[in-house]
Amino acid sequence: MKYLDEYRDRAIARALAAEIASVVIHPWVLMEICGGQTHTIMRYGLDELLPRGIELVHGPGCPVCVTPLDTVDRAIALAKRPDVILVSYGDMLRVPGSHSDLLRAKAMGADVRVAYSPTEALKIARSNPERNVVFLAIGFETTAPANAMAAWEAKHEGLANFTMLVSHVLVPPAIRALLASPNNRIQGFIAPGHVCTIAGYREYEDLCREFKVPMVVGGFEPVDLLEAILMLVKRLEAGEAVVENQYARSVTYRGNLSAQRIVNEVFEVGDQKWRGIGEIARSGLQFRKEYIRYDANYVFNLDLISAEEPAECMSALVLQGLQKPTDCAAFGTRCTPESPLGAAMVSGEGACAAYYRYRRHKEFQ
Amino acid sequence: MCLAVPGRVLEVAESDGLRSGKVQFGGIVRNVRLDFVPEAGAGDYVMVHVGFAISRVDEEEARRTYEILQTMGALTEELGPNEDAI
Repeated sequence: MKYLDEYRDRAIARALAAEIASVVIHPWVLMEICGGQTHTIMRYGLDELLPRGIELVHGPGCPVCVTPLDTVDRAIALAKRPDVILVSYGDMLRVPGSHSDLLRAKAMGADVRVAYSPTEALKIARSNPERNVVFLAIGFETTAPANAMAAWEAKHEGLANFTMLVSHVLVPPAIRALLASPNNRIQGFIAPGHVCTIAGYREYEDLCREFKVPMVVGGFEPVDLLEAILMLVKRLEAGEAVVENQYARSVTYRGNLSAQRIVNEVFEVGDQKWRGIGEIARSGLQFRKEYIRYDANYVFNLDLISAEEPAECMSALVLQGLQKPTDCAAFGTRCTPESPLGAAMVSGEGACAAYYRYRRHKEFQ
Repeated sequence: MCLAVPGRVLEVAESDGLRSGKVQFGGIVRNVRLDFVPEAGAGDYVMVHVGFAISRVDEEEARRTYEILQTMGALTEELGPNEDAI
């Protein structure tokens, strides 16, 4: 397919890896923020193509992984109500809540349905006017416009039986939290290409100036990521902290203004809990008061449901780049994609799932 | 979650202020919302995420980057293939 195949070209990938090896002098620790990028790295073995001194650590850019435990518990509680149809992206179904998950709730008779797009959740609401349809709307900046559009359409149609349980997180505040941590080891960032497609990369320039860390907005194919790593290494070796855009075929400096407009119409920035990490100030999106009628937390009075996170799962450290999934004693034994202790083992973008799926578990067999 | 797939817009339709169209991904054609890419028309490539196009692919940028990369690739081709790696 055009714009995919050429960015998976072996010869180009190998040439980029050779170029990286030729420019690198010092060891560097780089983080790719986005879980989609983590999966490309593991799937194509890009980390093994790199010179020894370059370490890739995996960031918190997995929306499924950072959706707070109490949001999962709330979704399960809603799904169990006979008047509710709970609609979710497929990745959320196996994510462990405190006592169960949505898939188990479904097996016990709850009406849980998987949607690929928020527009499908709206369709379900239109065709089931006697039921309450709740859409579990999670995501980063990339998904926010589509989810916001669903609320906007529901309001303009007067769709009375549709609400959303929202967990929307923002990348720049998470990068700030990582860089400000006394444990920080990250010297360069691959910024998330699809998040920046929506939001642009102006905010990353502020972070770059403040923390003197170079950043490259990167795409998702192997060649994209290797080129982004090459750009970062060149800047690091030259002692320069700037923001560059490797993924210019999709990302512009100011981002997608039409998409930003609908997000700002429906949501406002607020404090947000991240599973495994805790609360980060002004790092999430919440409904504006004009849209409160579409907030499932408000409509179903869910604020009373809160949860403590289990101690054994160390995905918090993985999500902050402080540990590798294979450092965890439960990895591949008590924690597998079929029976996960934490969300990072579940999601198509979780670092633990990527390690398990693409080879690292073999070391444990 | 943040994955997006490139597809080619075949046709565009507007109704009740909403913009959508048929988009081709390899051999598959799907209806995609085009509300956020008012500049995209038939023949353009768009990146699609959860049923919504989030950008029109800038063909000029894609070609420029790819040409630079191809030059690099051509150099290693001459050094011989390595089938074990990517």
